[in-house]
Amino acid sequence: MSQRQSWVRRYVFSVDHKWIGVQYGVTALLFLLFGFSLMILMRLQLGWPGKAFGVMKVLGEARAPGGILLPEAYNQLGAMHGTIMVFLAIVPLAVGAFGNYLVPLQIGAPDMAFPKLNMASYWCFLPGGLIMLASFAAPGGAANSGWTSYPPLSIIATEGQTFWLVGMIFLITSSLLGSVNFIVTILQLRAPGMTFGRLPFFVHAQLVTSFLLLLAFPPLEAAGVMQLMDRVAGTSFFLPSGLVISGQVLGNAGGGNPLLWQHLFWFLAHPEVYVLILPAMGIVAEVIANNTRRPLWGYRSMVGASVFLGFMSFVVWAHHMFMTGMGTVISAFFQTTTMIISIPSVIILTALFISLWGSSIRFTTPMLFALAFLPMFGIGGLTGLPLGLAAADIHLHDTYYVIGHFHYVVAPGTIFAMFAGIYYWFPKVTGRKLNDTLGKIHFWGSLLCINGIFFPMFYQGLAGVSRRLWDGGMQYAHAKGAAAATNPFMSMSAVGLLIFQLPFIYNFFASIKWGKLVGSNPWDATTLEWAAATSPPLAHGNFEVAPVVYRGPYEYGVRGPSGDFLSQNVEDDAAPLAPPPSDAMAVTA
Amino acid sequence: MNWMTEFLAKMMPMDASAHGPTLDRLNAYVHVLMLILFVFWGGYFLYVLWRFRAKNNPTSSYEGMRSHWSTSVEAGVAVIEVVLLIGFSIPAWKLWTSQPGKETNPLVIHMVAEQFAWNIHYPGPDGKFGRRDVSLVNATNPLGLDPSDPDGKDDVAALNELHVELNRPVIVHITSKDVIHSFFLPVMRVKQDAIPGMDVPIHFTPVKGNNGQQWDVACAQLCGLGHYRMRGMLFVDTKAEFDDWMASMAPVPEEPVPTPDANPVPEATPQNPPATTTG
Repeated sequence: MSQRQSWVRRYVFSVDHKWIGVQYGVTALLFLLFGFSLMILMRLQLGWPGKAFGVMKVLGEARAPGGILLPEAYNQLGAMHGTIMVFLAIVPLAVGAFGNYLVPLQIGAPDMAFPKLNMASYWCFLPGGLIMLASFAAPGGAANSGWTSYPPLSIIATEGQTFWLVGMIFLITSSLLGSVNFIVTILQLRAPGMTFGRLPFFVHAQLVTSFLLLLAFPPLEAAGVMQLMDRVAGTSFFLPSGLVISGQVLGNAGGGNPLLWQHLFWFLAHPEVYVLILPAMGIVAEVIANNTRRPLWGYRSMVGASVFLGFMSFVVWAHHMFMTGMGTVISAFFQTTTMIISIPSVIILTALFISLWGSSIRFTTPMLFALAFLPMFGIGGLTGLPLGLAAADIHLHDTYYVIGHFHYVVAPGTIFAMFAGIYYWFPKVTGRKLNDTLGKIHFWGSLLCINGIFFPMFYQGLAGVSRRLWDGGMQYAHAKGAAAATNPFMSMSAVGLLIFQLPFIYNFFASIKWGKLVGSNPWDATTLEWAAATSPPLAHGNFEVAPVVYRGPYEYGVRGPSGDFLSQNVEDDAAPLAPPPSDAMAVTA
Repeated sequence: MNWMTEFLAKMMPMDASAHGPTLDRLNAYVHVLMLILFVFWGGYFLYVLWRFRAKNNPTSSYEGMRSHWSTSVEAGVAVIEVVLLIGFSIPAWKLWTSQPGKETNPLVIHMVAEQFAWNIHYPGPDGKFGRRDVSLVNATNPLGLDPSDPDGKDDVAALNELHVELNRPVIVHITSKDVIHSFFLPVMRVKQDAIPGMDVPIHFTPVKGNNGQQWDVACAQLCGLGHYRMRGMLFVDTKAEFDDWMASMAPVPEEPVPTPDANPVPEATPQNPPATTTG
């Protein structure tokens, strides 16, 4: 509990989970902004293909001579946008930042089980990210074979791909270190009385997420090393015999199989989808319970569904590969598992919807983001259905329909949940609230613009516009009508989305200094993180008195000592405040 | 549910293959399910936000919803998914992967994708494909046809022009010389990845002709800097037109290697370094 630490030990090589959480959070938000900026450049090109833009000159003469983006540079932006958003922005934000900061607090632990491992996790993550950034300076630029890096394209690609692979190996190592730590912490360091049935849903979501990271990432780490060897050591794990590149026979090719990479990649990358979504669901559940002032409806079935989701996520990966020449039996298997995995998502979303019944909704800024998550994730989930049925997927595979689908899941889905979490827990970290008016401008502007970007993608996809086209499909007779009709509007929406992030960025920094000062429990919340002091000291030991847990996580709508709630660590009993409302959808008197 | 089929058809390319309507119908049924769920939950959502806002309902209920009707909704979704899966998608996939028999006299074609063009290999009048060898590939022989193979004497090699016959089943064996591409015929509802080292046969039967329209052979998988312009053209000919075209493409005797002069030399770019990547 020493408070006498050097500045470096305290703020750079910190072993305190809260500071590591802040480090992860700030780094991930910067990467989020960077990945977002790459998207803006891509959208400018897609909206007005081949047009010169002054801002494009930041990419340099080699990528954008005279401000006109070259196709090879567009591919760099595409690959790096995907990689950065998934591996350097959302996962570190969802798990590294929110998980690190909140899990020990919410379970009543003094810190993570292995604080040094926690530090090592961040210090593997940061070099991984810096290597990814450095790749833009590599000969030929950054990786340009998509975030999926399918060989043989990725193996014959420029040096940026080597950076990508080395960076990924760092990032995967970071995730593995982190996931072991989370699992042990949640299993071993719960406060007395904190049974599994009393864990906040957010902690359950983080536990399942950690198992996914622990079990799904090693195959990709192995595959990444294999691809690295194919590039630098002349092996041919993923190169079949008889490759002719640009009219010349590729010397070291032979005996490998490009599909092996896809199996190994998607064996990680499908569970990764749930790594992106489960912590988001956890945040949304916390914010909704707090702002509806009543317990989550169907908490137990939500926990069961998330565990089942975790298991199933390991047996659906090949639905990303329906077009690789699959027979009826294998495709039937993966279609069936894909339909099965939709059910637990439906259960969780349904429980959150029903939780609103009988509530007393406070439309706070975090609540607005959490509420918007529900229909937005709903659109993302529903549009997964035609893609999961292989026969319907034939036309839609690799089109903008897919881009629309997964962006609805991760952008107005997961990223909105992350914003909900930032607005909700900002007072815990800083002792100050973010400004509500700026928050509402941020919310409504973002909601409007983000739908303007992604909804037209379903139309483009139905029209058969393929993804990853430099000119957005203008070369193709079947695609150019849809592309020309929608791309400028979508790109303007993207610029609008950028503008509506400015109030957030200002709010974030200004509120650290000038935000409204609040007490340790400004939202009248029940879970243990609010029992700790505001802006808890950056040393091991989160609580002045080690908490004892007496009840479940969402005792709202009861008569408590300080309002309509009972904290998990308060020894008291209370009766419900109000009788249940009529279940009929009738107007109350 | 025809209204949904018609609504989606307004956005989709024309459907000109025999199997296409089956896929489009499934797609429409799924979209009907999606729409029902979205409208139902969306309506519920807006109603609840209005009814249970704190101003209107200052005290929340600990118990909330007592009824478990939502379980029936979840079960209903599961049942409809099973019906779509077993009743439609799996049979449609079986149809899609079952090759037409010899008695249907299918036109068999080999499609060899490369950065950034479609090489099409027809067997010619003898119906036999000549041998191909990667060591023979050069700028004038992109397929690597072996001039010494008698089966290959009458073979036809086309570049980016895929000609097929109206109402005659087509079997296309799809592979690639270099990286993964994806053979996409939007109007035929056909998509298949072209994977080096693999030969995957797919089939379709065109039931409508171009009728003056341009039909694309599109690449659906990122294959390098020229992915966006890797475009071929699909022509659905009558039998007479097809035979004429085939005759016009037939190799001149004594010059066994067809030399389509439109063949581009693949560009030397940073994306395509010389073949030696060892070291």
